[in-house]
Amino acid sequence: MAIFEYAPAPESRDVVDIKPSYGLFINGEFADGSGTPFKTVNPATEEQLAEVATATSDDVDRAVQAARKAFGVWSALPGAERAKYLFRIARIIQERARELAVLESLDNGKPIRESRDVDVPLVAAHFFYYAGWADKLAYAGFGGARPLGVAGQVIPWNFPLLMLAWKIAPALACGNTVVLKPAETTPLTALAFADICRQADLPPGVVNIVTGAGETGAAVVGHPDVNKVAFTGSTEVGRTIARAVAGTDKKLTLELGGKAANIVFEDAAVDQAVEGIVNGIFFNQGHVCCAGSRLLVQESVHEEVLESLRRRLSTLRLGDPLDKNTDIGAINSAEQLAKIRSLSDLGESEGAQRWSPACELPDKGFWFPPTVFTGVAQSHSIARDEIFGPVLSVLTFRTPAEAVEKANNTPYGLSAGIWTEKGSRILWMADRLRAGVVWANTFNKFDPASPFGGYKESGYGREGGLHGLEAYLDV
Amino acid sequence: MSRLSVRKTYKLYIGGAFPRSESGRSYPVTSAKGDFLANASRASRKDARDAVVAARKAFPGWSGATPYNRGQILYRVAEMLEGRRGQFAEELGGGKRAAAERVDATVDRLVWYAGWSDKIAAVHGAANPVAGPYFNLSSPEPTGVVAVVAPADPLLGLVSVVAPVIVTGNTCVVVASEPSPLAAITLAEVLATSDLPGGVVNILTGSQAELAPWLAAHMDVNGLDLTGVDDADLALRCEQAAAENLKRVLRPAPEDWTADPGLGRMTRFLETKTVWHPIGI
Repeated sequence: MAIFEYAPAPESRDVVDIKPSYGLFINGEFADGSGTPFKTVNPATEEQLAEVATATSDDVDRAVQAARKAFGVWSALPGAERAKYLFRIARIIQERARELAVLESLDNGKPIRESRDVDVPLVAAHFFYYAGWADKLAYAGFGGARPLGVAGQVIPWNFPLLMLAWKIAPALACGNTVVLKPAETTPLTALAFADICRQADLPPGVVNIVTGAGETGAAVVGHPDVNKVAFTGSTEVGRTIARAVAGTDKKLTLELGGKAANIVFEDAAVDQAVEGIVNGIFFNQGHVCCAGSRLLVQESVHEEVLESLRRRLSTLRLGDPLDKNTDIGAINSAEQLAKIRSLSDLGESEGAQRWSPACELPDKGFWFPPTVFTGVAQSHSIARDEIFGPVLSVLTFRTPAEAVEKANNTPYGLSAGIWTEKGSRILWMADRLRAGVVWANTFNKFDPASPFGGYKESGYGREGGLHGLEAYLDV
Repeated sequence: MSRLSVRKTYKLYIGGAFPRSESGRSYPVTSAKGDFLANASRASRKDARDAVVAARKAFPGWSGATPYNRGQILYRVAEMLEGRRGQFAEELGGGKRAAAERVDATVDRLVWYAGWSDKIAAVHGAANPVAGPYFNLSSPEPTGVVAVVAPADPLLGLVSVVAPVIVTGNTCVVVASEPSPLAAITLAEVLATSDLPGGVVNILTGSQAELAPWLAAHMDVNGLDLTGVDDADLALRCEQAAAENLKRVLRPAPEDWTADPGLGRMTRFLETKTVWHPIGI
């Protein structure tokens, strides 16, 4: 198949300077954690990148106190002044973009093409966007609204710095202060962000970063002096958090799992649809809550679409995340790889047909080839459970009504895709799909101006856009 | 010889019909002074589940109706209520003047919410200027089936929590005020004659402590309004149960039913859907 070979085109690591160990960022200073430090590794090589402090509940308490103290100053600043800090942060992110992209790819395993062209530019854009809102809240219908206080934020490992931006930018714009816990497998860009806060002369305590695993997260969520909890992650943990904040005055927003249907009609532009399918499920190794993990193809074009999809998948390049030609990077952790393997094996044992392109996996690191299951029934685990990996389940339908029925037949409701050339059908489908984001003739597009979030068990509240402000104001 | 009056039997309101509780239970309702007024049905878990089924069945039609149509129907409810002002004032009891004012405020509240049906999307939706050649529009959509524990205020409070839920296209199951449920069932008679499709509003009377936890834990309920729950422990248990399928929860808080309601009761049970499409030729 290979007409010509690609020469390796690795992005240089020299641009990042990873320290052997990192502390917590509390009240504008890096400090030791009281827990046992943990290691963060490069998932593409299993090489240790750094040792990172674990925050205990005492450390979290110090961070919350710092945030509480800073809240008085920060919330009293005129919106225009808060805005200028956020603009400053956005600019520094742009200036340090290459460093952040390389660091993200090293710690997360995602291709540099994505961290460089998607994650980091969106991070800067998010700060720019919410910076502009800080002094315009009254015009957005939030006149007289107050910030909530200290926001406790817990974010996942799939888009480490981008999820940080989604959480911190609107919180700060509205006048809140934050204690944020990054995921334990990807803490490095959050710690780099702490340094950016210092470069921007952000007042101490406005942003605090506490690293650690689930217990640290639970301490953030459960702290009595936290006024707002924002979480992105699994539906299972989301439920636990919703139970934990029950009966308190804490405001809660949750951005959880998904099992999105990507629906291809017979009149769709097949080549574009196939690009959309590939982007929908293989972007970021499928570590995307809104991934188009269920492909619903109209029966009449099933063969044609699948043939085209297999051909396209055979051209994807899997390997070194820092290589600029890499399409598919490493799975983020051994734990996640085990989960993807076990769900894929279950798919096979339940009777679906498994296919992957010929694809050599590196010896070291965590890798999983792009995988497509056909002959999938709605009752199969791989059609119901979120795999969070590069695994696509293909189902078919005959009528638009059947497509809607199948697409909505899930407890999730985060996103959906529609591929058809008929405008009225797009709008008819979009009306009926119970999902927070509907991509028509496109997929996995994100923008700070566009609200993102789910229906049903995909969580509640929106991030991005005007709607994203609501989560951080007492409205 | 004076005429013997014909008394009304107060039943439940489920799916547009007025069934008795399947449990056959009832409880006596008394006035503030302790005089017997009537027996009300004491709904069971089965009645609550039947009500959820009715609400779910009504959801596609009601959420799919045009906002104009939903506004017309809510306005019609106000008209029907206006025609029965005397009856409601009498049922509320207490001072005549105060009761009449509460009824008038209820009619006005319905008219206010009726007008929101085709305006909420304009103030709570957005055309989003994304950085690329894409059409991008966010619109509010109803959450689904909402369980509402109505406050003690038997008419104005009740309508103030039900109207914002249904005007946007949700359907609901309401647990009426336990001590004062009669106005709720008379309101059901108004709803039943206002072109409101059966199942959009379902009203249960009975024990709040018995019914609310079933509804809070029901996996086909999407939202939970705990406004009428005074018992902090019951509210906590309901909110914890609601976490199982991540219901949108409105926590109990003191309310002044005569104040401007704001948008909060509508937006709490609205989702935001954002649709993207490329722009090209």
